[in-house]
Amino acid sequence: MSEPSAPAIRMTGITKSFNGVTVLHGVDFEVAPGEVHALAGGNGAGKSTLMKILQGVYSREGGAIELFGKPFDFEGIHQAKAAGIGMVFQEFSLVPSLTVAQNIYLDQEPLKWRLIDDAAMQTTAGEIFSRMDVNVDVTADVAGLPTAEWQLTEIAKALSQDARVLIMDEPTASLSKNEVGALFELIGRLKAQGIAIVYISHRMDEVFQIADRITILRNGSNLLTSTLADISPEEIVNGIAGKELAAPPGDRRTVPEDAPVLLEVQGLEAPGIDQVSFQIRAGEIVGLAGLMGSGRTELARALFGVTKVTAGVVRKGGEVIDLGSPAKAIDQGIALVPEDRRLQGLVLDHSVRENLTLPLLDEVRSNGLLSRAKVKTLSDRLIEAFSIAVARPDSPARLLSGGNQQKIVLAKWLGTEPDVLILDEPTAGVDIGTKAEIVGIVKRLADEGKAVLVISSEYPELIAMCDRYLVVREGRIVNSIGAEMINSEVDLELAVQGIGS
Amino acid sequence: MSVDAQERQEAQAGGGFQLPAWFDWRRDIIFIGFVVIFLIFAILLGDQGFMSSQNLLNIARQSAIIMVIAVGMTFVIANAEIDLSVGSIAGLTSVSTAMAIAAFGLVPGILAGLVTGAIVGAVNGALVAYVRIPSFLVTLAMMGVAAGFAQWITSSAPIPIIDDTFTGLFGSGNIGPIPGLVVWSLLAVAVGAVALNRTRFGRKVLATGSNRTAAEYSGINTRAIKFRVMMISAMAASLAGMLYAGRLQSGRFQWGDGDELTAIAAVILGGTALAGGRGSIVRTMFGALLMGLINNGLILAGLDSSQQQIIRGIIIVLAVALARGR
Repeated sequence: MSEPSAPAIRMTGITKSFNGVTVLHGVDFEVAPGEVHALAGGNGAGKSTLMKILQGVYSREGGAIELFGKPFDFEGIHQAKAAGIGMVFQEFSLVPSLTVAQNIYLDQEPLKWRLIDDAAMQTTAGEIFSRMDVNVDVTADVAGLPTAEWQLTEIAKALSQDARVLIMDEPTASLSKNEVGALFELIGRLKAQGIAIVYISHRMDEVFQIADRITILRNGSNLLTSTLADISPEEIVNGIAGKELAAPPGDRRTVPEDAPVLLEVQGLEAPGIDQVSFQIRAGEIVGLAGLMGSGRTELARALFGVTKVTAGVVRKGGEVIDLGSPAKAIDQGIALVPEDRRLQGLVLDHSVRENLTLPLLDEVRSNGLLSRAKVKTLSDRLIEAFSIAVARPDSPARLLSGGNQQKIVLAKWLGTEPDVLILDEPTAGVDIGTKAEIVGIVKRLADEGKAVLVISSEYPELIAMCDRYLVVREGRIVNSIGAEMINSEVDLELAVQGIGS
Repeated sequence: MSVDAQERQEAQAGGGFQLPAWFDWRRDIIFIGFVVIFLIFAILLGDQGFMSSQNLLNIARQSAIIMVIAVGMTFVIANAEIDLSVGSIAGLTSVSTAMAIAAFGLVPGILAGLVTGAIVGAVNGALVAYVRIPSFLVTLAMMGVAAGFAQWITSSAPIPIIDDTFTGLFGSGNIGPIPGLVVWSLLAVAVGAVALNRTRFGRKVLATGSNRTAAEYSGINTRAIKFRVMMISAMAASLAGMLYAGRLQSGRFQWGDGDELTAIAAVILGGTALAGGRGSIVRTMFGALLMGLINNGLILAGLDSSQQQIIRGIIIVLAVALARGR
C-alpha cells in the first residue's frame, strides 16, 4: 500500500446520531496491521454503531476513515467489502442449505462458460482452509456442521474476499473451550499474515489472552486506549461499567434462615447445562450471573420444560416434579418470563386484556365459553396491581411502550399464581422508571414467599434485587455468592469473569 | 438435528438395510416412490395396456404441461414463496393468444401470450418483492383476477384457433415419434435445471429462500431475486397456457384450472422444501411424472374422477409424510 507504518484502520472524529440523539461524539479508533485490537464498552456505548459505520451499513455524519493510509468513503456494504473489511457475525450469516464451499463463494462463484464451476470452488475453498491451517469438509452442508465450523466458514468467507481487516463480534459466545483455543491459534496465524482484527468481547480473560490493545468507549466517546500490558482487569471493568450506573445496594432484604427450600435442583443435565445443582428458599431472589452463552438462558429453558432434561432431579416443596413441557411446568407452579417479550412473551396484535388472560383461560370461562365480564374483572385487577399505564385495555399490546409491555408479560404470568418465578432479562429495553418498578414488583413477590430466579445482563438491576448470586460458566454453576459480598457492579463483573477477589 | 442424525444412524445400523451415503431419504424418496408406483401399476394394470409404448407416451404427454408449470414453481418454492396464480395465468394466456391469432396472426399471437405472462409476473413480483405483501395473498388474489379477466373478455366462450402452424408448434405436433408437448417439457426441465444448479442466479434463489438475512449480508439483492422468481413462474405458466391453446386448438378461461395444486404437489413430491432453500428441477420432473402416472393408472383401473381425487390426495400425503418421517 502506501507507507509501511500506515494503520490498517484509522477512524478519526466519527460522529453519528439517530433521530436527533447523538450516539457517537467524535470517536477515534485505530488498528495496526497484524494487531488484535479489543473494542469494549457497556450497552449503548457505541461499539456496534462504530463497527457498522466501518462496514458501510451506516453512513457517518462527521469524521474521516483511512484504510492502510488511503482515505475512504464507503457508500455501502459492497464498497467496504471491496476495500477489505470482513465481518465475522455474532449471529451467523450463513445459508444452512448450501455447502461450505457454496457459502464461502456465495455471489462470488467462479464461473466456467458462464456456469458455476463447483469443482474449482471446492478446490479454492480447500486452499483457504489449508492457509488457515484448519480442517473443514468443504462439500458438507452447513446445516449439519458444529458451531465452531460455522464460524471457521465465516472467517474463510471473509478471507476469500481478500479481507485485510476482520471484525469479530463475540466470536467465542457459542464455542467450547477447545474450540476457543483453536480459534485463538487461528487468530494468531491471521495476525502473522498482517491481518488487522477488531475483537469485540465481554470476556476479560480472552481479551487479555488475545488482544494487543484495547479501546473502551463510554456513552459514545473514547474513554481510553491502552496496551493490555499497561492496564488491569479492574481498570477495564471500571471503565466499562462506569460510575453513574453503579446501583446503591439499597435496603438489603433478609431471608430468614429457616425459610423452607422451595426449589431444589440436583444434578440437572439438559442441552447446554451440565450437572447443575442449587436450592432456592421461599422468599429468596437468586440472580443467575454469567456471560452471554454461559448457559443462563439454557438453564431457565430447562426448568420451564422447554428443552428436554436428560438427567437430574427437580424438587418443589420436597416433591419431585416432572418438567416435560411448559404446560406441566405451569401446572407445577413454575412460571418463566421469557427473554424476548415480542417473540415469546406477547401476542402483539391481541389486546392488552387478551394477553393478560391468555394463560388463565380456564379461569375466565362461564358455561364453557369465555366470559367477557370475567376477562374484564381479572385483567382490570392485574392492570391495577402492576400499574400498567394503558388508556384502552382493548387496544393491541403493540401500541404500548416497551416498559408497559414487559409489565404485561410479568402480570400475565403472575396471574397463574406461580410459586417459582424465573425471569429472563426482565429489564431489557425498558426505561429507567419502569426498571425501578419491576425491581419493586419482584421484591414484593419474594416478600409474599415466592422463589425467584433472575437472569440479567444488567448488573445494576441484578444488584438492586438479588439476595444471592449463582455464577454460571460453561453450563455449570461455579460459585454461589451472598449479596453481602457484592457491593458494586465491578464486584459482580469480577465474579462473573472469574478474576480478582 | 444431531439427535435426528443419531437416530437415523441407529435405525440404519440396527434395521438391517443400509442406504448408501449419497442417498438422502427426504430428497430422493421421489425416485423410490416413482419406481414403486410404476411397478404396482405395471403388475396390476398390465392387461389393461399400461405398459404399451402408446400408454407410456401418453403419461409423458399428460404430465408435460404440469411439468412446465412445476419447473417455474420449483424456483418459487425454493425461494420460500408460493404462486397460486399459475393455473389462471395459463387460462388467461390461452385466451389472449387465441384472440391475438384470430385478429393479427401467428407471431402477434405468440407475443400476446408472452406479454400476458410478463405483465402478470411483473405485477406479482412487484407486489411480493417491493410492496412486501406475502406471495400467498398476492397470488391468491391474482388467481381470481386473471381467471375472471379471461372469462370476462371471452364472455365465457372458447376462442377457436385455426392456425395450423401454431397448433403444430405448441402441443399438437410431433417430432418423429415424440410428441411436441414432451419436447417442450424436456426443454423447460433442461433450462430450469441448469439455471437453478449451475448459475449464480439459481444459487441466489436458494440462498434467499434458505436465509434471507444471510443472503443480504452476502451482497445479494434479495428483492430483485424475489421479483425475478415470480416473473419466471408466470412466464412458465404462460408457456403452459400456449401449450393448452395449441393442444386443445382453442383458448378458454378454464384451461389450467386447478393446475396450481397439481404443480405444487409435483414440486413438493420432488423434495423441494416448502420452507425454501432446497430444490431440484430433475426431481420436480419426476414429481410431475408421478402425478401423471397416478392419474393414468387410476383411469385405467376404471375409477371415476371423484375416486381418483381421493386416491391422489392419499398418495401425496403418504409420500410427503414418508419423506418427513426419516
